[in-house]
Amino acid sequence: MEIQVNPTRMELNRLKGRLQMAVRGHKLLKDKRDELMRRFLVLIRENKKLRETLEEQLSRSFANFLLASAVMSGETLEEAIMYPTATMAVGVETINIMSVHVPKITPVEQEEEENNVTPYGFATTSGELDTSIATLATVLPELIHLAELEKSVYLLADEIDKTRRRVNALEHVMIPELEETIKYIRMKLDENERGALVRLMKIKDIVRKEA
Amino acid sequence: MSMYKVAVVGDKDSILGFKALGVTTFPVTSNEEAVGALNKIAKDNVAVICITEAVAKDIQPQIAALQKKQLPAIVLIPNNQGTLGLGMLQIKKNAEKAIGADILFGKEGS
Repeated sequence: MEIQVNPTRMELNRLKGRLQMAVRGHKLLKDKRDELMRRFLVLIRENKKLRETLEEQLSRSFANFLLASAVMSGETLEEAIMYPTATMAVGVETINIMSVHVPKITPVEQEEEENNVTPYGFATTSGELDTSIATLATVLPELIHLAELEKSVYLLADEIDKTRRRVNALEHVMIPELEETIKYIRMKLDENERGALVRLMKIKDIVRKEA
Repeated sequence: MSMYKVAVVGDKDSILGFKALGVTTFPVTSNEEAVGALNKIAKDNVAVICITEAVAKDIQPQIAALQKKQLPAIVLIPNNQGTLGLGMLQIKKNAEKAIGADILFGKEGS
């Protein structure tokens, strides 16, 4: 497949320029893809590991909580955790991985009174609730880290997909098309030149015969 | 660096524990409620949304729409009945999208 063009020298020069640009772009994009891929692999491995451990921890914490709610009456349970001592806040920065902007989410440390995560007194509540909330408190920062990781992985996967499409389009469509067209123009120009040469020789013959 | 909140969406029994930690919780029982909660969260400045897989599985399109933006980050968590494997599936999908093959979860071309 070649692009429809006029076989002129000017067109040839223009196409040569485009081909050069396409080749350069292709190389750059390929490098970008490789680097993105490297980063991505590191992240996704970490992501998988973290998710595995977290899912297990969360399940355990939920099981504890279930126990707690079984031991206590529903109202007391709700009453106990109705007013949390702290509000969870996170800070977000943007970091740049190969011009993909991914968030970096860090939990904000809050001064808690006496380092106490339980917002209730111990009189009416059961021990199971304490343990379940304590484990949940340790899991939460990791959960936030996991959220950050999964988001990064998602965004990176998107970008890699896009970059790969571009690389492939350049490699398999744009560049061959341009090369094909350049070849076509060259041949056409050469043919014209040969035609002109033959014409000149013929004319010379005729002129000589008449003289 | 600016401050954001953390939200949890899921069935009440599973997410009650998070409330004690000062996380904004959205107990939901139906899909409509879940979508409503998501919309509310999207308007608020929330950076991390934890959704239980049981809730997430029925509102995939809404989640996907939010996931495309830089924030909020959505993370699927198991509920108190255990995991459905959706979170892992998402990782697998991402890997397949980026690499073209699943390299994390064993079995190549079997």
